[in-house]
Amino acid sequence: MNVTYLDAIREAQAKALAQDDRVFLYGQDIAGFGGAFKATKRLAEEFPGRVLDSPISEDAMVGLAIGAAIDGMRPIIEMQFADFSSIAFNQIVNQAGTHYYRTGVPVPFVIRLPSGGNKGSGPFHSQSLESLYAHFPGLVVLMPATVEDAYTMLLDAVSLDDPVIFCEHKMLYYHLKAEKLPEEGLPIGKARIARAGTHATVVTAGAMLHEALKAANQLAEEAWDIEVVDLRSAKPIDTDTLLASVARTGRILCVAESFPWGGLNAEVIARVVGEGFHLLDAPPMRLNSRDTPIPYHPNLWAAHRPTAASITTALRKLLGF
Amino acid sequence: MGIVGQLDDCRKLEFGEGDRGATYSDFRTSCSEIGCAARKPFFRVTRVSAAKTHRPLSTRATSKNQTIAPHKLYLPTYKWMLLARVLEDKLASLYRSGKIVGGVYLGRGQEAFSAALSVHLDQAGGDVYAPLIRDMAGRLAFGEALIDPMRTYLGSPLGPMRGRDGNIHRGRPREGMLAMISHLGAMVSVVNGVLLARRLRGISGQVGAACVGDGATSTGSFHEAMNQAAVEKLPLVVAVANNQFAYSTPTDRQYACADLVDRAAGYGVMGYRCDGTNLEECLTTFGEAVRRAREGEGPQLVVGTLLRLSGHGEHDDASYVPAAVRKSALAADCIELAGQRILERRWAGEADLATWKSDAVNQVEEVLEQVASEPVPDPTGEAWCSLSVRHLCEGNLGA
Ligand SMILES: Cc1ncc(C[n+]2csc(CCOP(=O)(O)OP(=O)(O)O)c2C)c(N)n1
Ligand SMILES: [Mg+2]
Repeated sequence: MNVTYLDAIREAQAKALAQDDRVFLYGQDIAGFGGAFKATKRLAEEFPGRVLDSPISEDAMVGLAIGAAIDGMRPIIEMQFADFSSIAFNQIVNQAGTHYYRTGVPVPFVIRLPSGGNKGSGPFHSQSLESLYAHFPGLVVLMPATVEDAYTMLLDAVSLDDPVIFCEHKMLYYHLKAEKLPEEGLPIGKARIARAGTHATVVTAGAMLHEALKAANQLAEEAWDIEVVDLRSAKPIDTDTLLASVARTGRILCVAESFPWGGLNAEVIARVVGEGFHLLDAPPMRLNSRDTPIPYHPNLWAAHRPTAASITTALRKLLGF
Repeated sequence: MGIVGQLDDCRKLEFGEGDRGATYSDFRTSCSEIGCAARKPFFRVTRVSAAKTHRPLSTRATSKNQTIAPHKLYLPTYKWMLLARVLEDKLASLYRSGKIVGGVYLGRGQEAFSAALSVHLDQAGGDVYAPLIRDMAGRLAFGEALIDPMRTYLGSPLGPMRGRDGNIHRGRPREGMLAMISHLGAMVSVVNGVLLARRLRGISGQVGAACVGDGATSTGSFHEAMNQAAVEKLPLVVAVANNQFAYSTPTDRQYACADLVDRAAGYGVMGYRCDGTNLEECLTTFGEAVRRAREGEGPQLVVGTLLRLSGHGEHDDASYVPAAVRKSALAADCIELAGQRILERRWAGEADLATWKSDAVNQVEEVLEQVASEPVPDPTGEAWCSLSVRHLCEGNLGA
């Protein structure tokens, strides 16, 4: 069997619907049509009445999920693209994010954000918003980078008693494949050493993991031994795993597809410097997308976000320090 | 109150006696019968003199709600209004003496409209209620303990918000009362979610109510949620307290339709308008709206016309309210009017009214005394955790 990252997301939702009556799906074009990316293909048929098309109302979609979660359900909301979740920003950060702290009543639901860029997707269908949501209290922010994680982390997200922003990467949907779906994975909040190494640590997540691995393999030809950490979770951050890695390598490069100002990379570096300054042999580095809207043309887009090539260049600089 | 369908060529369609089940689709059918199908009909519930139309809804024995003799509902509602007024007067004085931080937001003048909705709700039966800033009366009538607002305003750790949130931002979601966030319009879709959850679990006959002001109706959140409720035909009752101002902004800078109830047709929901200073009219209107929602007729939009008889908050002297408005019928005090009505109808005497008032004062003094002696929040004992799954919390990061 060959399962794609998208299949994993579809299968995780099918399993969640099958094993838990409280689960329902709500989003634009997700019922009969099966979703813009087909992540809910045939689920409306298999689970009648539990996969519902919503109007184009992101604010109300998330508001509804919060109400249903308060009332004991476990909704999964599909945003058609991560970018449109900005319309629901208020419900996500002010309603969902504050609810447990204010009232003591948790709101368990998942918002799936088809995230990240693709050739030609342009400024409004390419964003990576994990840093934005991680900034606010009361939300768990996950970034699966593998088929296996897409599957187990989505199931774990549905089981979690708190709101989860599930940043699935569109670029991985069709190309990333696995033999089969796993029985279980690492727990939520744990990072994974995707490639062990000794000379430098690359900390990354989502689609950037694969760019980082390519860069590491390329440098391996020059006898550099790069460790790659897949964060898996933007919030919480598994600081222990990061520090342990930096203790081994003494050097850290953070790579993220999100915009450069603040954010996940800055947060990781702040923690490593704050708690592991003595472990560092070189100033920490970061690579992000540029501080412009995400450009349309593939040439511009490829130069806008980090790639294996730009990661390799950055690593050479870090190793040369 | 009556139901009047109004067509855009100014002809009117009136529903006569015995039409208690008249819905928007009935209205459309009637329109097509008189050849107006292609036109853009809208319907409106206006105040029409009783002689011209049917008997008042409250005396029609058409449903459970309507068989109740009016004073059976009127008097308890009046007492909730009174209790809310007395409590709010006390909160205002605590604010002025510096005992309450942040702000105090009163529902003065809006008690009838607020309480008339929630006396039709059944908390124990699973109804859900999302009050807003002017709904002290409605909250109490829904079942909120008097001590909850006092504890929340004074930040008691024993209150429902435990000092983590204050004043009007309080609720007990597990008991059907949602805790409003400040962002206007945002609670309506949350009520939709509770109602959809009930439907998915096969529960019917429970309703949800959401309260907003005239200003909140301009938010995208409100529009999205009204449309969503209409698409899903949820048993939602939305109460719009049109108190003529949103903070200092008058309604002509807020919306351009003739009347907010006109929005109902656009959403495809049932619309009503009532005089928010008249308790009887509020009760009959909400009785009808809640009944229809409960019986599966979909969302109901009730617009009450009234005036905020206070500043936006107690920090605000409302000097922007023109004198003419202050002297208009809108400025009538619903509690005074209701009291007069009770006396006229001989449902109770002067002495009863005075007793109810002093009962309210005593209750308020009692809870104040209790809360004043309670502990205050202790930051060292605070969990600083905004997730229920403790091991995922990063609450101490910045400390
Ligand atoms: C989205 C949003 N914008 C601004 C505010 C600030 N604000 C609080 S109450 C208020 C006026 C509300 O007017 P209205 O909806 O008519 O209710 P009323 O206060 O008159 O009862 C404003 C502007 C807010 N709470 N939410
Ligand atoms: Mg107003």
